[in-house]
Amino acid sequence: MRHFSAPSLIWSLAILLPVAALVSITVGTVDISVSDALSALTGNSVNTQTQTILFDIRLPRILLAIAVGAVLASTGAVMQGLFRNPLADPSLIGVSSGASVGASLMIVTAGGFIQSGALLGLSLVAVGAFVGGFAATLLVYRLATSGIGTSVTTMLLAGIAIGALSGALNSLLSYFSDNDMLRQISLWQMGNLSGASWTKVTIMGAVALLLIGLFPRESKALNALLLGESEARHLGIDVQRVKRRLIVLTALGVGVSVASAGLVGFVGLIMPHIVRLAIGPDHRWLVPASALAGATLLVIADSLARIVVIPAELPTGILTALLGAPFFVALLLQQRKDM
Amino acid sequence: MSLLADNISLHLAGFDLLRNISLQVEAGKVTAIVGPNGAGKSSLLKVLTGEMVPTQGQVYLNNRLLQHWSLLDKAQLLAVLPQHTMLNFPFTADEVVGLGRIPHNTGLSKDREIITEALDLVDASYLQKRLYTQMSGGEKQRVQLARVLTQIWQASHLGDQFLVLDEPTSAFDLSHQKLTLDIVRQLADKAVGVVMVVHDLNLAARCADNLVVFDGGVIAAQGSPEAVLTEALIDKVFGVKSIIAQHPVTKRPLVIT
Repeated sequence: MRHFSAPSLIWSLAILLPVAALVSITVGTVDISVSDALSALTGNSVNTQTQTILFDIRLPRILLAIAVGAVLASTGAVMQGLFRNPLADPSLIGVSSGASVGASLMIVTAGGFIQSGALLGLSLVAVGAFVGGFAATLLVYRLATSGIGTSVTTMLLAGIAIGALSGALNSLLSYFSDNDMLRQISLWQMGNLSGASWTKVTIMGAVALLLIGLFPRESKALNALLLGESEARHLGIDVQRVKRRLIVLTALGVGVSVASAGLVGFVGLIMPHIVRLAIGPDHRWLVPASALAGATLLVIADSLARIVVIPAELPTGILTALLGAPFFVALLLQQRKDM
Repeated sequence: MSLLADNISLHLAGFDLLRNISLQVEAGKVTAIVGPNGAGKSSLLKVLTGEMVPTQGQVYLNNRLLQHWSLLDKAQLLAVLPQHTMLNFPFTADEVVGLGRIPHNTGLSKDREIITEALDLVDASYLQKRLYTQMSGGEKQRVQLARVLTQIWQASHLGDQFLVLDEPTSAFDLSHQKLTLDIVRQLADKAVGVVMVVHDLNLAARCADNLVVFDGGVIAAQGSPEAVLTEALIDKVFGVKSIIAQHPVTKRPLVIT
């Protein structure tokens, strides 16, 4: 039995997301009223402080949360389909662990240069994370690809191996870093949206739109792949091409997400899983619904991150797990009762 | 037109899985393949469907080399039911069956109609909205059968269509075994060429126009069930003493062991 129809879930999320975003824009160390926020957003003038907080801090941060949440959750849905494993995660292909090494390497080697060092308006840490993530994915993909195609099982194992290697490199880098660097590394790994800027929003937004535009073309192929690779081929799907496309898009999407927000865990693994429990595994609905749900979760989590320990802030990644995990457990218990 | 294996050999990891196999699956006929475990039956199906490339020899689909067909055109002509399907995602039965319509562009309402008819044909209408992951083995197998049926539901302008079944009745009770044979016969009457691997010799004798006996990677005998099924052959291939009688109603050979 299904609990929701796919269109009704998508419509509910499409309404919930803007509401959450609007509420999110009003909360934080400084409260802004909904009417002030609305009038500023529609182009009317408000006082300069409100103007600055809205347009330089909160708006880019919320837009970044939407884009990162949508990308992590939709790539999660796609990877779970591709690996035929409902517990797969974008990080399985090595992108998160590679990004982690790239970021740590930058934090440790660039040292004091880090504050001033920038490339195209992005911090060196972000660039390092992206390069590390993409390189690791490429390596995992190469290891799993032979003359007869890419083996999903080998890729899973290669991902674990590269993950372990990255973990070791990360520990090595942490071992040789001073207290300040250590703090930076561990904060980065918790995932945080506080570094949002319009440059990040532009890049992240473009990547999110690209993925949302291209994923629907592969949804039938993903449905067929759930039967197995040879079954999908018998249904006329060019399996190798679909795999290559989806892995490249995922590496790009997750690489840029990690570069702009650090390691925000949980969204990519759990959101598609929750959505699948509600509406079933048809990727034509699952992928867009996951994107909306991921965006909504990250906006809510980031709002809470800003208000629970005022005047300080919590890293967003802590909140996504704190919010999502109990919800997921509740769903599992519900499902157990239904059976 | 036909699905034709021309002098196929397959070597894999130092083993000769198939040696000089020539086999013609004719449109409108039912070809049944029997043989001991490991005789190469499934390997031949993999070669016939293009999943494995033979070391030697060629496969032709409607007089055209199999590898020269585009994946999509091939999918409209050739439907394959594997022995096991590893589907562990909670699709409903009609969603699984609908996957068979992926190679076609007939629109949602036509597809729905075909899906309903196919489920009805395999006696699985009551499963329509049930989750695949919660079905019994026989129910899953019937839903998968309905899926491959929808793939070749309508005749194609590209040529004759073929259905490849690997032990389709392994999970079925008596009534559904009979149902499967009836469906296979109906398809053959609609000019579809059916090739199926079965283990039950009597089942094969009842439905086959052409019976192929495999042994150790070669064809030990092929032809009409009456001509092929002899006590000597069954002793040689399976190592089992038997008596060949005639079915009192169907007049087909009946193997008694």
